[in-house]
Amino acid sequence: MASSFKDALNSGKFVITSEVAPPKGTNLEKTLHHIELLKDKVDAINVTDHQSSVMRFPSIGGCLAIKEKGGEPILQMTCRDRNRLALQAELLFASTRGINNVLCLTGDAVPVGDHKEAKGVFDLDSLQLLKTIRLMESGKDLGGNDLDGAVEFCAGATVTPEAQPLEPQLIKFEKKAEAGAEFFQTQGIYDLDNFGKFMEYARKFPVKILAGIILLSSARMAKFMTANVPGIFVPQNLIDELAAVPKEEMLGKGIEIAGRMIAALKKDSVCDGVHIMAIGKEEVVPDILAAAGL
Amino acid sequence: MKSITRQKPFEEIKQQLDSFNRVFIIGCGTCTTMTKTGGIEQVVEMKSQLQKIDKLVSGWAVIPIACDEMTELAMKENERAIQNSNCILVMTCALGVHKISTYIDRPVIPALDTLFIGVEDTPGYFREVCAQCGQCIIGETAGICPITACHKGLLNGPCGGTNNGKCEVDKEKDCAWTLIYERLKAQNRLDLMRKYQPPHNFQASPRPRTVKIS
Repeated sequence: MASSFKDALNSGKFVITSEVAPPKGTNLEKTLHHIELLKDKVDAINVTDHQSSVMRFPSIGGCLAIKEKGGEPILQMTCRDRNRLALQAELLFASTRGINNVLCLTGDAVPVGDHKEAKGVFDLDSLQLLKTIRLMESGKDLGGNDLDGAVEFCAGATVTPEAQPLEPQLIKFEKKAEAGAEFFQTQGIYDLDNFGKFMEYARKFPVKILAGIILLSSARMAKFMTANVPGIFVPQNLIDELAAVPKEEMLGKGIEIAGRMIAALKKDSVCDGVHIMAIGKEEVVPDILAAAGL
Repeated sequence: MKSITRQKPFEEIKQQLDSFNRVFIIGCGTCTTMTKTGGIEQVVEMKSQLQKIDKLVSGWAVIPIACDEMTELAMKENERAIQNSNCILVMTCALGVHKISTYIDRPVIPALDTLFIGVEDTPGYFREVCAQCGQCIIGETAGICPITACHKGLLNGPCGGTNNGKCEVDKEKDCAWTLIYERLKAQNRLDLMRKYQPPHNFQASPRPRTVKIS
């Protein structure tokens, strides 16, 4: 049941993943269009799981749509909305549908989303979810019972290389690696020197690192993310570069910057690949890849 | 340690009292006096507010410790005024409301919401430090409970939402795991943070929770 994504990770090639967001509602048109656009250009597509705690069509549904279109999905699973029974059940279901890549996430806090009065579950954390996957692969569930039918996943997690303070993040990164995370998709990175230092450290662990590339669509967005998104720091020179072009050319400049970063990471084999997050502008991911020479 | 409370919006209290004309008010001399939600001053203020909406306040009392057995006695002392009411409006925490409801056959209406069991860090600033989960791990987390102090109750380190030592839900709130990290580091015990903490046992003390001391 090895996934083609796992094969790509182990092939030594520079791996490209991206992501799509399911709709708020049943109109899948846009998501399906994005899947169509990306499926042959990347090694796997993440489907976000109620990102920013906003209720949407489920990640597993998006993953099924990717499978139906012949693509390779990565199921994002947060611990925010389901207890350990529901998480395990969904893993069983995913496995029977050939969805064998899972990204284990804590999940954003409930109050940042659009159902502010809901109960945040967090029965497990991202590390415990990773461990649960490895346990289920051994044929057992968290209750200590035997599973009838095997599961096998390519399991990954996230890390924030620019977190302040950094050491607590790195301790958790090491715990995740030890728990059997095979790949990491990082929070968006912009300072390649800093990221290089992180990679020198991360190379000591038997895991694949995909650098998070978040498309900068404007100077304003870059400033906003630096001020408000934990672990994201856009260096001033990139903000200046965006601000120097007319407004209507900013997106193009952002695509150029993302492409340039990907090309640099690939050229020097800094990491094992990239995870491209276009955040609402998925239709330009092929342009980013073209700008990177891929 | 205090039971921390907040007065309900007056509109809600008014609605709850809709079908009652005569009200007896009870406050508490302990926690709600400390938090200024049900001491003498607040009870007297409530009396005047109720009178403004044409309720007859048959009497009031601030019981020393409302959740204590002595409450029964205090209520006996006020029997006449209580008999003269058709409901009791209680300005104690929910423990007091519960206790009072066991001693009287009249509707008992809470005027406060009970928020948490907290400690007073600085005068007037109360903070929750224990969620009373029944499975204490603060020996391994430098005395800071991650179940309580981390918004998500994470057991194995910070989430990706932590930023410069603050929490993603509120930039004023400290990230529990940054605090734990700093303290463990100062104690040269960071190895404890590297330890895997298994999923929490939510049945360590199954609900409803009771203990019988033999």
